[in-house]
Amino acid sequence: MRVTVRLFAAHREAAGTSTYVADLPDGATVSDAYAHVCASFPKIAHRAGSTAFALNRTHVSGDAPLNESDEVAILPPVAGG
Amino acid sequence: MTQHFVLTSQPLDERAVAALLDRDGAGAVVTFVGHVRAHSRGRDVTKLEYEAYPEMVEGVFKQIADEIHARGGVIDVAIHHRVGTLEVGEVSVVVAVSAAHRSPAFDACRYAIDRLKQIAPIWKKEHSPDGAVWVEDRP
Repeated sequence: MRVTVRLFAAHREAAGTSTYVADLPDGATVSDAYAHVCASFPKIAHRAGSTAFALNRTHVSGDAPLNESDEVAILPPVAGG
Repeated sequence: MTQHFVLTSQPLDERAVAALLDRDGAGAVVTFVGHVRAHSRGRDVTKLEYEAYPEMVEGVFKQIADEIHARGGVIDVAIHHRVGTLEVGEVSVVVAVSAAHRSPAFDACRYAIDRLKQIAPIWKKEHSPDGAVWVEDRP
């Protein structure tokens, strides 16, 4: 299946893009999409403990299952305010 | 239509945000205004660059307001946040809360800004004479 991945801040700069399409096997989860990101862009360090995720613009945990055309966002530590 | 939950590249006006609030029965309005500081963690700051997940962030602001209403005691909540490049002294965020009494208004305003810093998909890059870094600490 194909999902759209959104990247922000340090991740966006390391990848050189804010969005890309990942082709993942059926049954893949949000964590699998994150692993795909880190494999595709080696400058992005895999930091499971401090990275959050959103699926279709709602916060989810890494074990959330993906479906075709979903939008997955990889959220590095936030710093609003 | 009132705009209670807003992400904008335009300068923020705290009075305009507070003016959005429903004040029917309100005895207190508390407004928090966040400014860009000239110093941060021992570094001189020249400017801040805010980035957000724009399609998600306003929904998160609404979620924070829903959490506040679930706690009770508050009449209305508005949250506006800036994106883009901000100079020292500029306003980055405004949270405004109306309530019947001061105590729940102060509590809700504090809760909203703390929660925003915790979960809102917003990032900032701190520019200083030494270079620029993405801020990752969570005060």
